[in-house]
Amino acid sequence: MTQTLPDAPLFAQALGPAALAGLARRAEAVAIPLGALLAGLAAFSLFLAALGHSPAAFYALVWRAGFGTGFSWENTLSRAAPLLLAALCVALPARLGLVVIGGEGAIALGGLAAAVAAGIGGPLAPALMALAAMAAGALWIGAVGWLRHARGVNETISSLLMAYVAIALFNHLVEGPLRDPASLNKPSTAPLPDALRMGEIPGVGVHWGLAVGVAACALSWLLIERTRWGFAARIAGGNVRAAQLQGLPVGALVVGFAALGGAFAGLVGLFEVAAVHGAANASLMAGYGYSGILIAFLARHNPLAIIPAAVLVGGLEASGGLVQRRMDLPDATVLVLEGFVFVAILLSETLYGRCRVFAPERWGRA
Amino acid sequence: MSDGVTDLGLWGVPLAMLAGAIRVSTPFLFVSLGECLTERSGRINLGLEGTLVFGAMAGYAIAYETGSPWLGVLAAALSGAVFGLAHGVMCALPRVNDIAIGIALMLLGTGLAFFFGKPYVQPVAPDLPSIPFGWWSDIAQVRAALDVNALFLIGLALALGMAWMFRATRAGLIVRVVGDGAEAARALGVDPLRVRALSTAAGGALAGVGGAYLSLYYPGSWNEGISSGQGLMAVALVIFARWRPVNCFWAALLFGGAGALGPALQSVGVTGGYHLFNAAPYVLTLGLLIAASSPSRALAGAPAALGFNR
Repeated sequence: MTQTLPDAPLFAQALGPAALAGLARRAEAVAIPLGALLAGLAAFSLFLAALGHSPAAFYALVWRAGFGTGFSWENTLSRAAPLLLAALCVALPARLGLVVIGGEGAIALGGLAAAVAAGIGGPLAPALMALAAMAAGALWIGAVGWLRHARGVNETISSLLMAYVAIALFNHLVEGPLRDPASLNKPSTAPLPDALRMGEIPGVGVHWGLAVGVAACALSWLLIERTRWGFAARIAGGNVRAAQLQGLPVGALVVGFAALGGAFAGLVGLFEVAAVHGAANASLMAGYGYSGILIAFLARHNPLAIIPAAVLVGGLEASGGLVQRRMDLPDATVLVLEGFVFVAILLSETLYGRCRVFAPERWGRA
Repeated sequence: MSDGVTDLGLWGVPLAMLAGAIRVSTPFLFVSLGECLTERSGRINLGLEGTLVFGAMAGYAIAYETGSPWLGVLAAALSGAVFGLAHGVMCALPRVNDIAIGIALMLLGTGLAFFFGKPYVQPVAPDLPSIPFGWWSDIAQVRAALDVNALFLIGLALALGMAWMFRATRAGLIVRVVGDGAEAARALGVDPLRVRALSTAAGGALAGVGGAYLSLYYPGSWNEGISSGQGLMAVALVIFARWRPVNCFWAALLFGGAGALGPALQSVGVTGGYHLFNAAPYVLTLGLLIAASSPSRALAGAPAALGFNR
């Protein structure tokens, strides 16, 4: 009954036009970011080649250190775990049109709050730590959302300023009132008792932050795509005026999504303290918040797409040490590569709707 | 300098803050003037933080290699112009967001600066010269406070010149028209994308010079922690200054004074809360940003095409 365009291939004629049109749109959403990623990697190859380094050797090392063996996968996933949660701190507010880049501050305060809650102790200490970490992060990024909504303060600038304030507060407390006198070279809070240290996921060799991160991405996807709050948020993110005319609680949505993103960033701090370092110290500020920005944009703020993006960036960052040793490149090499990929992803925004292969009309004509 | 050190007691704090205002404000001044020009043309460049760091590295490296700090400043300006031009050209593509590109260039600029700057962390480059305006005083602290770097004076002249440019010249008028709307500019036969790309490139060059000041005068060395958000604070400062170059100068002085609070208190022996006092500029910026913003109406003095109130 249906007629397809004469140039549609055979498989296309087996499916209905509506299904094909939908497929074309999905293919566009996958192909353009992937193409941009490859373009970013290619641009970085030119950069390396221009400096007299072999791009092939570089990518071979990245593969070996990040993805080649079981051990490297363990390393990659350990790095991806905090990145999943840090990226949600960018992606969730972004669905409402907010560009929040200060996740690093929420991570620091979340870790500090968890360490303080651990000191209270008691049978409920683990739950208390998680709550404290999430509350600290939610408060910090929620405030950014509130300032945006209530005062019209640019959230990109305010979130980064708040991150600097958070890190100053963190350093003040960890080097002052909360310092464990036994931590000589590296000021830290009192070490967590063994009972509160978090173990690994059995058989995976990675701490529980990975499972929580994947679950948080899945839940965030459900929230955005399958609930009425997510629906309202998508409307408000598309057009604030229209959402307000519809009587949607834009302010509550902005503050709520920002706070939820901040709570996830706070959890990064919890896992860094409870599963990795065993105390809150400067190691918490490892740049996860900044890598999270790249990952969220790479995933185009789709929480499910954050999972592969975080694994990719985790693998890249896991290979930094080996690249540095073997190729005698500075440790900032991975930062440069990430910068190239970031720019390529943003430039690819201009391609949507302009590649005729993906045009739904081409496939969906009945 | 060691002779004539007088114990000034608590008077040392305001004096050190005045000295700091002059010494610390220069990077703020250059970055904010650059951002002011860019924003007047209707674009926001958040990448100036990365440009500042790259300018600091490039300026230091070239000054070390050539032995001339002024060649370093020139190199920093050129590299900043390249970053600015990249921002301007990329944002001319449809649907490419200027704020997001700015964040990407912030990370890329910082990454490239660390990448190329690795070999220059140890060597010592020549400093920019300063002019001793405090020759009349016997008090060492006063003399130190009034040791004014030439770039500070150049920045002041630039602020006055830019204000005059916006007010009285054809170029200034074109930038303002473009900033108030691409359509109006096209109607006048002006290509808005080109004006914006050039304004962003010029803004980047100024931010690069601000970076060179950091590495070549104060603090006067290159390392990976050389900037902690000065570039971003300068962007916030432009909002506070209501997009007026001369206001940028006063705001930069204010921010410089706030930045000097921590070291000033330390110099008179107040060491507790060191990190908190060092956070003063961020808190001040945030407070001013909140006070200067408005939930309902477009900000007074803001170029109409600016995307701050999306």
